[in-house]
Amino acid sequence: MAINIRDKGAEIWERSPKPARVAIASLTMIFAICLPFFGGTFLNTPISSYEAVLVYPVGLFVLMALGLNIVVGKSGLLDLGYVAFFAIGAYTMAILGTTTSLNFWEIMPIGIGLAMISGVILGLPTLRLRGDYLAIVTLGFGEIVRIVALNTMAIGGPNGIANIPTPPKFLSLEYTLQNQKAYYWTVLALIFLVIWMIRRLSTRRPGRAWESIRQDEDVADLMGVRTLKYKIWAFAIGAAIGGAGGVVFAAKSMFVAPEMFTLNTSILILACVVFGGMGNIWGVITGAIILAYLPERIRFISDARLLIFGLTLVVMMNLRADGILPRKKREKSLTS
Amino acid sequence: MDFSVLVDQFFALTIDGIALGFIYSLIALGYTMVYGVLRLINFANSEVFMLGTFATIITSKNIFGYADDTEPLTGMKLVYTLLACMLVSMLVCAITGVLVEIVAYRRLRKTGSNRLTTLISAIGVSIVISETVRILTSSAPANNPRLLDKIYLVSYAGTEFYIGSVRIPVSAFEVRLDTLLVIIFAILLLFAVDRFVKNTRLGKGIRAVSMSEQNSQLMGVNLNKVISSTFFIAGLMTGAAAFFYTTVYESTKFNVGFELGLAAFTAAVLGGIGNIRGAFFGGIALGILEIYAATVFGTQWKAVTAFVVLVLVLLFKPNGLFGESLQQARV
Repeated sequence: MAINIRDKGAEIWERSPKPARVAIASLTMIFAICLPFFGGTFLNTPISSYEAVLVYPVGLFVLMALGLNIVVGKSGLLDLGYVAFFAIGAYTMAILGTTTSLNFWEIMPIGIGLAMISGVILGLPTLRLRGDYLAIVTLGFGEIVRIVALNTMAIGGPNGIANIPTPPKFLSLEYTLQNQKAYYWTVLALIFLVIWMIRRLSTRRPGRAWESIRQDEDVADLMGVRTLKYKIWAFAIGAAIGGAGGVVFAAKSMFVAPEMFTLNTSILILACVVFGGMGNIWGVITGAIILAYLPERIRFISDARLLIFGLTLVVMMNLRADGILPRKKREKSLTS
Repeated sequence: MDFSVLVDQFFALTIDGIALGFIYSLIALGYTMVYGVLRLINFANSEVFMLGTFATIITSKNIFGYADDTEPLTGMKLVYTLLACMLVSMLVCAITGVLVEIVAYRRLRKTGSNRLTTLISAIGVSIVISETVRILTSSAPANNPRLLDKIYLVSYAGTEFYIGSVRIPVSAFEVRLDTLLVIIFAILLLFAVDRFVKNTRLGKGIRAVSMSEQNSQLMGVNLNKVISSTFFIAGLMTGAAAFFYTTVYESTKFNVGFELGLAAFTAAVLGGIGNIRGAFFGGIALGILEIYAATVFGTQWKAVTAFVVLVLVLLFKPNGLFGESLQQARV
């Protein structure tokens, strides 16, 4: 029996009085906000700029892993084409940013909306399917989005879109290539927002519906849960978070091209979710931080990075199927 | 969009489509048989296929020592070289298939884990295989020497005549030796598997397990043996497909399995997954459709066609085209 660190953590949290909880939460937040200032310490990454690494992959991976966690971890729907929504968000920012005078903050809701709509369009026909079929269809969808971007010359084809405008000044924060802190804090704000949203959703009706769908869809249906509706919601919310990540990514790198959105990215994000612990947001965050940051820190394995992911997935699934920080025991599926 | 090529080359394209379709059928068999027994998509099958293509090339290049510019072989030498390549590819795939089952599925099956866990474990194995090959080949494509000359057995350029001012095209028609061999051998293999599952003791075991795992165990079926043999046979078919693919298209790469795997899975679903004859017809239908679509819209859209077909089938006929009518032939 694997030790459930998550339950231990939850126990400490439940036992603490309110002031202690506020203290823990604010200390964690302050630590996260201060992260970009630790660049000179052992945390520094040897090749890429430390602050840039904090934005992508670390920050954006955490964000997307949280989004994918709603789909895979909470509702048990295996989505292998999550990068498609990331790509849709990024391309929305790229196209609107270069052709219209809209700025980053105005494009953000459009990107989120488009990603959500595509999530619903993909979800409506496919979410009636069970597990494996859904996995293959979403995998195909992810590739299709890339192939369409690659072969549509109007959006740059294989060359992609360059010269995407950076976000305008926000308060006194300048978004420039040199100052990646602003991007990091934007991503961090999104992450806090998403955590808050997921925590609220999980304890309310949608959360319970997702939980029941994951444990046994037939029973959920029988008990009056409108399974299709909640599955589509899970898909749309996941897609929206992916889209938001994409918009930030495009504005940060100022350039998008189809080869940035391959199947590998989908698999990496899924690996973050599974590695950390499906269904538990703290586990997912831990998994995403480890899997995004470590390869940058130890560059010598970066060519074999995916290989190691593959091995980790197999070993992890065989020995510790619930991830580093598994979900609460009572939330575990009855069959597993 | 250009329909004129499709009309002028209709029969030639159809034959190409059938040959491609048989390759799909053989890979689809790999998916469908495993699905029949385990009710799981064997995600690693596409990587097993990729290993088969490399096994073929390594056999012809490193074992027989043919270089890229070798003259096409003739006579007995051609026969035994091709047979050897095919056997090596089939065996490599079959053994890999069995290993994949042991590594990715066996332990999880015993502990009764949920499907998501097993699926992710299989994805892990497929990443490991494809990444190992990617690193070993440094992402470079590998070419197969042209051992089998691409002779035209029948070649008819097509013609056209006019009734008044209406152009009536008569389609070109050509049969190449390699496509013909693919079609003949694939039919033989598919027929053999169909008979095997129907008539032999092991085949009956496979069918029993696919009907009910627990009941078949009660009846004394050795579950592990049956599942391993299913993976073995599935691997043999995938290996044959890999050999045919390398012989016809003469090139492979570490990521070749992805597109072929998606297409073959579509073929399996199209014919009704778990259904051997369904895989056969599904493969041919998809092969022909893809070749037509590639001619009309352009080759880059081939994968998109497979995907669109898959979604449409799942939407309107989730059991596949033959899901019901060929119920008897179910694995």
